[in-house]
Amino acid sequence: MVKNEGLDIFAVRRRQFFIAGLIIAAITIVSTAITQYDPVKGITSVPKALWWMFRNFYPNANAFTRLPNILSKLHETFFLAVASTTTAAVLAFFFGLMGSKTTKVNDAMCKISRLVASVFRNIPDAVWAMIFLFSFGQNVLTGFFALFFVTFGVLARAFIETIDEASHASVEALQATGASYFQIVFQAVIPSSIPQVISWILYMIETNIRGATLIGILTGTGIGHLFLLYYRSLNYNTASLVVIAIIITVFVIEFISNYVRRLIL
Amino acid sequence: MALLQISRLSKEYLGGTKALTDVNFSVAEGEFVSIIGPSGAGKSTLLRCINRMVDASEGEISFDNINVSNINKKNLRLLRRRIGMIFQHYNLVNRLSVIENVLHGRLGYKSSIKGVMGVYTEEEKQRAFEILNKLGLKEQAYKRCDQLSGGQKQRVGIARALIQDPKLVLCDEPIASLDPNASKIIMDHLKNINKEMGITCIFNLHQVDVAMKYSDRIIGINNGQIKYDGPPEALSRDMIYSIYGTEAGELITD
Ligand SMILES: Nc1ncnc2c1ncn2[C@@H]1O[C@H](COP(=O)(O)OP(=O)(O)O)[C@@H](O)[C@H]1O
Ligand SMILES: [Mg+2]
Repeated sequence: MVKNEGLDIFAVRRRQFFIAGLIIAAITIVSTAITQYDPVKGITSVPKALWWMFRNFYPNANAFTRLPNILSKLHETFFLAVASTTTAAVLAFFFGLMGSKTTKVNDAMCKISRLVASVFRNIPDAVWAMIFLFSFGQNVLTGFFALFFVTFGVLARAFIETIDEASHASVEALQATGASYFQIVFQAVIPSSIPQVISWILYMIETNIRGATLIGILTGTGIGHLFLLYYRSLNYNTASLVVIAIIITVFVIEFISNYVRRLIL
Repeated sequence: MALLQISRLSKEYLGGTKALTDVNFSVAEGEFVSIIGPSGAGKSTLLRCINRMVDASEGEISFDNINVSNINKKNLRLLRRRIGMIFQHYNLVNRLSVIENVLHGRLGYKSSIKGVMGVYTEEEKQRAFEILNKLGLKEQAYKRCDQLSGGQKQRVGIARALIQDPKLVLCDEPIASLDPNASKIIMDHLKNINKEMGITCIFNLHQVDVAMKYSDRIIGINNGQIKYDGPPEALSRDMIYSIYGTEAGELITD
């Protein structure tokens, strides 16, 4: 009897696997038909694209004369990413406290915080940018708020989980000693969750540097916009230098944040 | 007048689990009481009703002539700071030092802002070191808690409770995660606290033999109801069977 049930489970798993495979195949066929994307043509054009890049897409001496300009725009984008992440993190930590089961003040606030975080998280930054284009126009503020809201949503959710995981036990103990709410937050919640909180902030800074680059194309600011300018004016050599500068920045940031993570975790 | 008086206490959790049904007993000052029973019997719930970490559904609890059931937020703080609590998983802030964790026991006595910033008086620090010394943890005072062994962590937990100057200490399975050696050290310390300082102790214990050896009195509960309340000597094998049900076989191995 028991053995039979065990075999049944394997059969069910195989069937689930087969059905999932069919669904994925169907979705792929339908979406290539709708977008008129030809996978064969897509793949065969890769060598051609590589060959084009090889001939045009490298920085030359002329490109390097634009380096100061590129670096200044890169700074702008970098600080946009950092500023939007850190300010969002402060607000997100507050929502994390309210939304966490361990530190919530009441059930209503807890539900509202989670709902707000989920709404902001699920609207992508590009869509936020389009929304803010109406209010602020093509402006660095548009990029700031677009990144700010998504980051806030992602971090609030992450902080809710971090707080529950890292500090549940010590919060219980401090409540039992008669400590007040803010004493518990500063003496138990923050010390227990700070490594994960910092780790999440670093991760979002990395993500937002990429995000800020793309959003810059929409909002006409920063390094993304600069790339577009060179690309449109057919100055591929300088455009390629912009790309290389972005790639180096992303790797350096990643390296630094991995190092910091190793130190604190 | 008893230090702790519990009458007609019942607890039903959201979702309908009846954790406690009509529990009545009182504890005199200086007693060392064990509560035994299988897991899920309601031991933790019972302990947490006393310091209001869990709100009772029905019944009354009075501690030191204060009615625990309907006190306001401020008085709840005053109540809790006079009741220490020790946990199975120690519940320390692992990333802070031993001494900081011990001093957390003073938070209930502090203004919110001083507690937030972790400002303690010289006297409090002095006292923290005395307690650590007594528990054999003087050398560990500045170590981070995540560098300690389980037995050492539990001693930090005891120190945190003691610095509250409690009248009562509640221990929820204090030795369930420790090896026999460390368990004995913890139980001896707790017995000492009870004898020397006159602090009343209530224990949740899983191990019958430990309860028999250390306590003045044993309360056995099963399925949220008291099955036995009396001295360890009078606890018969049949009674242990009726408290533990089918689990009893594993517990009585002699
Ligand atoms: N927070 C809770 N919500 C719902 N049910 C709970 C909760 N805590 C405990 N229970 C239930 O109450 C009963 C008693 O649990 P507990 O007091 O933890 O028992 P013990 O400590 O003796 O193992 C169990 O059936 C348990 O599942
Ligand atoms: Mg329990």
